[in-house]
Amino acid sequence: MLTSRGSGSELEVLAVGAEAVLLKGYFLGIKSVYKVRVPKPYRNPKLDLKVRRERTSAEAKHMISARRGGVNSPYILLVDPDAGVIVMEYIEGDLLRNILNSLPECRACTLLEHIGIMAGRLHNEGIVHGDLTTSNIIVCRRIGKPYLIDFGLARASEDIEDRGVDVHLFLRSLESAHFRVKDMAFRCFLNGYGKVVGEENLTKVVNKVKEIRLRGRYVEERRRRHH
Amino acid sequence: MKTIVLGVESTAHTFGVGIVKEREIIADTRYRYEPEKGGIHPREAALYFMNIGPSAISEALRSAGISARDLTGVAVALGPGLGPCLRVGATHARAMAAYLNKPLIPVNHAVAHIEVGKLVTNVKDPLIVYLSGGNTLIAAFNEGRYRVFGETLDIALGNFMDTFVREIGLAPPYVVNGVHQLDRCAEKGKELIDLPYVVKGQDVSFSGLLTAALRAVRRGVPIENVCYSVREIAYSAIVEVSERALVHTDKKEVLVVGGVAASKYLKEKFEIMSSSRGVELAIVPPKYAVDNGVMIAWTGLLAFKSGITIEPERAYVRQRWRLDDVDIPWFGQ
Repeated sequence: MLTSRGSGSELEVLAVGAEAVLLKGYFLGIKSVYKVRVPKPYRNPKLDLKVRRERTSAEAKHMISARRGGVNSPYILLVDPDAGVIVMEYIEGDLLRNILNSLPECRACTLLEHIGIMAGRLHNEGIVHGDLTTSNIIVCRRIGKPYLIDFGLARASEDIEDRGVDVHLFLRSLESAHFRVKDMAFRCFLNGYGKVVGEENLTKVVNKVKEIRLRGRYVEERRRRHH
Repeated sequence: MKTIVLGVESTAHTFGVGIVKEREIIADTRYRYEPEKGGIHPREAALYFMNIGPSAISEALRSAGISARDLTGVAVALGPGLGPCLRVGATHARAMAAYLNKPLIPVNHAVAHIEVGKLVTNVKDPLIVYLSGGNTLIAAFNEGRYRVFGETLDIALGNFMDTFVREIGLAPPYVVNGVHQLDRCAEKGKELIDLPYVVKGQDVSFSGLLTAALRAVRRGVPIENVCYSVREIAYSAIVEVSERALVHTDKKEVLVVGGVAASKYLKEKFEIMSSSRGVELAIVPPKYAVDNGVMIAWTGLLAFKSGITIEPERAYVRQRWRLDDVDIPWFGQ
């Protein structure tokens, strides 16, 4: 079914993600990624179809808007929500998650600042990513720029709450997988983010992140605040 | 010479005293506070603990066939949990350690759930899914600690399930013959109704689902179908975020700990997910998934062997002691 859409070349499995399989191949002669949302057998079929269809069309829609707002993300070539398929441009590069811990500090900071700028532009465009982690950023090998990928959980939202969740998720991915560089990385990220959204919005989002982090149960900071 | 540690658990409704001799469990005494209606009243639970505490400790020592002098150290869960309850356990443990002149060992309750789970299921480095009345979190070991990869943004899964069944008049009791009222009610449901399925990255959120489900019941949707839909959506969301964290962390084992782990429907979903990922699934058996003293003793023993002790006068309880605040120097040993 999938090869028939391409130029007849074979599709090669690139990655098996949590919710989708990524295949590499050609689409109308362009080196492409086929993102196929596979059914989850543990989910009720009706729920499963609904979740996959909604996420496929939302992802495509938000990727297009993101590009319009100046965010690096792959070009979209084809969308089929009922089959759960998106075909997009292939980006040659490395996942930030795999290279961040070994980057020189100043290079890491420049990169994180650029990612902050992209997150800010995305938010200015009225979109939140919904899964902003170091696993969802590809650093392009050719030009060294970060590309935002996996818009599967992205949503149209201008709520400070949702923007705060994006920033909170990013911070937590730094804490959990890049513990040694997290403070520097987050500072550089916020620096870029603030440049794009402005001082006032930056303060609002940072305060929201603090609030979100105090919400979970058993939080030490909340106790300290009360003493 | 073998290390023998006594552990005291009193974070919520259970006063537990466990004794371990190296990897061997030699005593497991439990007293559970059962409220007549509603939930746990911390002060009532604490009063109950004060009454049964000393005899629970003697009972544990007797059943282990040892004297208090034989202990290497005394471990205690200093948090997280309900303040009044925690203070009773801490008082007993501090007094014992000071009187016997034995080291006092501080233990985090969440870490203890994980360590006893690893002990009884034999997994080594799992993705941890901790589901209980007050906790919903997904964690994995990285750089010296159990790091949190996902959690609930609002209410815990157990709390959500209890609140829903109470609001629609099915509880208390919340659990009958080991089966939660939500699972019982859902068994008769067939049709999936449209309710919010909220996954934000590796986090879940249940407050919107709770509101929408209660509204559906008020609107006259058959209660069985609402229960069925709630169960499907809530459990699927948990399994989905676990799968995401599994891919993110690249762990090869999944360990489900905590009281909610007992649901067979949740287990089914976890089994399907883990076999499709080719990872090993371990669900802590109910006996050790619920609060107990053995988990505190065992974690205390691990901590003691890594040189972790605390002076009794500094052993304050910590009601909101986070899992990722605790160093785990014994990991992998």
